[in-house]
Amino acid sequence: MENRPLEYDYTVAKWFMLTTVVLGIVGMLIGVILAWEMAFPAVNTIAGSGLAEYTNFSRLRPLHTDAVIFGFTLSGIFATWYYIGQRVLKVSMAESKFLMFLGKLHFTLYLLVVVAVVGSLLLGITTSKEYAEFEWPIDIAVVLVWVIWGMGLFGLIGIRREKSLYISIWYYIATFLGIAMLYLFNNMEIPTYFASGGIGAWYHSVSMYSGTNDALVQWWYGHNAVAFGFTVPIVAMIYYFLPKESGQAVYSYKLSLLAFWGLMFVYLWAGGHHLLFSTVPDWMQTMGSVFSVVLILPSWGSAINMLLTMKGEWQQVAASPLIKFMILASTFYMFSTLEGPIQAIKSVNALAHFTDWIVGHVHDGTLGWVGFMIMAALFHMAPRVFKREIYSKSLMGTQFWIQTLGVVLYFTSMWIAGITQGMMWRAHDEFGNLAYSFIDTVAVLHPYFTIRAVGGTLYLVGMLLFAYNMYKTMTSSRRVEESELQNASPMGA
Amino acid sequence: MFHWLEKRPFFFAVAVFVVIAFAGLIEILPNFAQASRPVIGTKPYTTLELAGRHVYIKNSCNACHSQLIRPFKSETDRYGHYSLSGEYAYDRPFLWGSKRTGPDLMRVGNYRTTDWHENHMKDPAAVVPGSIMPAYTWLFKNTADIDTAYAEQLTVMKAFAVPYNKELPMADGSKATVALADTVEAARASALEEAKVIAADMKDQDVKDAVAAGQVPEIVALVAYLNSLK
Repeated sequence: MENRPLEYDYTVAKWFMLTTVVLGIVGMLIGVILAWEMAFPAVNTIAGSGLAEYTNFSRLRPLHTDAVIFGFTLSGIFATWYYIGQRVLKVSMAESKFLMFLGKLHFTLYLLVVVAVVGSLLLGITTSKEYAEFEWPIDIAVVLVWVIWGMGLFGLIGIRREKSLYISIWYYIATFLGIAMLYLFNNMEIPTYFASGGIGAWYHSVSMYSGTNDALVQWWYGHNAVAFGFTVPIVAMIYYFLPKESGQAVYSYKLSLLAFWGLMFVYLWAGGHHLLFSTVPDWMQTMGSVFSVVLILPSWGSAINMLLTMKGEWQQVAASPLIKFMILASTFYMFSTLEGPIQAIKSVNALAHFTDWIVGHVHDGTLGWVGFMIMAALFHMAPRVFKREIYSKSLMGTQFWIQTLGVVLYFTSMWIAGITQGMMWRAHDEFGNLAYSFIDTVAVLHPYFTIRAVGGTLYLVGMLLFAYNMYKTMTSSRRVEESELQNASPMGA
Repeated sequence: MFHWLEKRPFFFAVAVFVVIAFAGLIEILPNFAQASRPVIGTKPYTTLELAGRHVYIKNSCNACHSQLIRPFKSETDRYGHYSLSGEYAYDRPFLWGSKRTGPDLMRVGNYRTTDWHENHMKDPAAVVPGSIMPAYTWLFKNTADIDTAYAEQLTVMKAFAVPYNKELPMADGSKATVALADTVEAARASALEEAKVIAADMKDQDVKDAVAAGQVPEIVALVAYLNSLK
């Protein structure tokens, strides 16, 4: 073999970077619209009453969740895979025409699915299951996209030069397997058009499971889609990008082993915490609750491993906005994985369930952990992929503080809103009657809804700054040499 | 062992799969052995009610309204008897929701009327001052998809033995039967008959005209569904 560094081919990674940014903006913009609709209901008809069907809260809500999960986050996962995969396996996509073809096919089909999802959700074609709203034709396409990704993933692993799989690869493999299993089982459905001999809408289907069983499968999926979409692949990213950017070795290999296998085993049990005090059997609720608390261990294992990786190098946090993003991401990961188990304790859940506190929890995890980590990953990748320095360090710093403020406003307001509403729902007067009518408990939330909308808007503003910075990096930033790309990413002023 | 696994992606993947599939096997499969059995008094949905349920899903009503009453005094005081597993036996998909931006609707049929829903869907804040629910005016214009509802009824009857056209025990000791038409034309006709009863309680002239002309507006189907939630 020739003695020269490998030339990695980032074509597919670049494409997914683009969709990460674009779908991130779309998904978050919809989220911001939803937030303002809750604070000021008149926003529901912002495009006129004729189009209200397509701009009102309930029609847009699934589009928001799916755009940020399957648009922004999943694109980020794929973009980083097509970057990290080659580098830690020491093999270039360009070495295999077949893998290159699969990668491009993967992206193309993914894009088609995105278009189909946006169209169908706007029209109200949905199965109603959260994060699994797609009807059967789209489900089949999703499975196809996933299988193609899996073929590419294992194909690249198959031709690797570095025989030991780096930690990030473990997590990508787990992402692939986890989502595949969950998605298939949760979307078992019968197309009614074919079952009834050609009556009604061709795309409609009915769930194979009913009532309590359906709920059980759905939240086994729903909770673990979070595990294998918002946790596992994001951990894969931080295990690669933080050591790379900081030039520090991962603190503990044993801790990474413990955290990985612990997370794999424990996470799947915890889905029951979405169903506390529901009609699923009591023992499952208790298992969900107990395992949610145990889940703190592997979650904090990864997060602490990352923080300790910075041991003796904390000045980098002050010096580099990119390191800031990743350190705050792992801090939010710790925070969110402590908050989740607290909410899964039965007595706390009795208060928190159905309230905005849950919404707050989701968003400190997604905005603080997932969002920050994906953006940090893209910032680190950009100079290596485009061979240009990051356009502006100060803009990056500004983005960091705007978004941090946004996240803080978001979750604090939702804490107050959730706990306030939960307490009001259960309040009784001296005669044992309910103290508040339902609408009382809605009216009181207005200030917190407004603060949340401001927080979300700030995060979106940061996202736009991010997009601008990336665009300038791609098009007009100073070109860099390979030698500048060792550890800390080169940044312009 | 881990060093060995790390160099063998196939066995590594198998190990991961076993570890993650384990919980599902233990937690989820046992419940299927005793699949949801209906409680006395639970009936499958009629064609119009099911079409209404589709309208409910189409507009993601479940994004803001739960259908799950937890066994707390504060909930049973507000919404009625806590939910029982068997009451959901015919719910495909389940619609418990995960957020109560608005109140629970599990038993809304017990305390709201057709008339109330009509006014409320047109202008929620006029009925409940301070409401942040948007108006759903298009429900009065769009036509409900009766055919798809009928197709779903046929499907669940064939695939899951949902007891249409069978006598079912009611809570008061009587028997009730939910009829399922033989043909799609007959299903449309029976849905229209149901719709006429609902429309008679409504004021909107466009809705009345549509029903008179043989059409079923979405609002009529939705109200039929909401009234069935008891």
